[in-house]
Amino acid sequence: MAQFVLPINSRIKKGKTFKAEGATNVKRFNIYRWDPDSGENPRIDTYEVDLDTCGPMVLDAVIKIKDEMDSTLSFRRSCREGICGSCAMNIDGTNTLACTKAIDEIKGDVNIYPLPHMKVVKDLIPEMTHFYAQYASIKPWIQTQTPPPPDSERLQSKEERARLDGLYECILCACCSTSCPSYWWNGDRYLGPAILLQAYRWIADSRDEATGERLDALEDPFKLYRCHTIMNCTRTCPKGLNPAKAIAEIKQLMVIRR
Amino acid sequence: MSLRTPLGRARGLGSAKDGTHHWWVMRLSSIALVPLMLWLIFSLATLAGAGYEATLAWAAEPLNTVLLILGVGVMFHHIQMGLQTVIEDYVHSEGKKFTVLIAMTFLAWLLAIIGIVAILRIAFGS
Repeated sequence: MAQFVLPINSRIKKGKTFKAEGATNVKRFNIYRWDPDSGENPRIDTYEVDLDTCGPMVLDAVIKIKDEMDSTLSFRRSCREGICGSCAMNIDGTNTLACTKAIDEIKGDVNIYPLPHMKVVKDLIPEMTHFYAQYASIKPWIQTQTPPPPDSERLQSKEERARLDGLYECILCACCSTSCPSYWWNGDRYLGPAILLQAYRWIADSRDEATGERLDALEDPFKLYRCHTIMNCTRTCPKGLNPAKAIAEIKQLMVIRR
Repeated sequence: MSLRTPLGRARGLGSAKDGTHHWWVMRLSSIALVPLMLWLIFSLATLAGAGYEATLAWAAEPLNTVLLILGVGVMFHHIQMGLQTVIEDYVHSEGKKFTVLIAMTFLAWLLAIIGIVAILRIAFGS
């Protein structure tokens, strides 16, 4: 059965508190910590951050904590402008990118956890191997039989190009897939919203010639049809995309081609 | 332990080339159930306080018999397909999953046929 209670060695304990001495504008950050080498249960450490000497985004605060308060805190980050998808984490109960989430949007303490229902490598770093393998499994590249014109690109009309809007912007941060209960319970087989949106990005591409094969590969009770239109994916997407709509388009094509 | 590659694991057994029919029939049966259930609720409301004989007579009218049988058939088909999805979602051990799926399907057929036979007996007055 699906597990609704955490195993004993995953239950979260209370950790240490790091004070901000002499600061007047303080925000408390409660952050999930787990170290695979310690053999201990995960814990929540509390960091009091002086907002007067901190940048505006949650990622600024997390970097400040690592720089100035506790260098053992582990997390992924790279571009700090919402285009790499590395700093996806669960902030204030919602999956989002730490670099584009403003601290002042959050009332009270800031609670930060790794992306839900993923194996944790350490602290805020989730294990993404299966997610990326699922991405590779949908063949996210153009497939054609017709050779390209000898001295130009494969052409696309403006309307055809417009069909990729709302799809090509996906940065594969996995916020949507890890917010999806269906992906939590059946992520081993269900592809999840992010990968299905990416699959639709190639189905919708007028230059691609493998639409039928792509639909064939998706037509499966688990790979595609575990989507029960729960819509968490669309609510949580930090890029404002609509994976649920992309999945609905795939389902519609499945019916049309019968 | 498995040394299978992540891609091999993600591809798994490949696509079952199935699921669209199930999805489409779920949609169709939901649409069909909206008027059927509205009709049933409306009819039962008008029958309130009518008594046993009058209710039997109502069910024995040809149009009502047809709609009642249609309602029971569509509803149990819808229930069976919906529960199949729920079981596939939450029951993860293959053995247990198939046992529960088979038991549930048999029960749905049994209850549907009991309902339909009951309606026919009323309609043909045995």
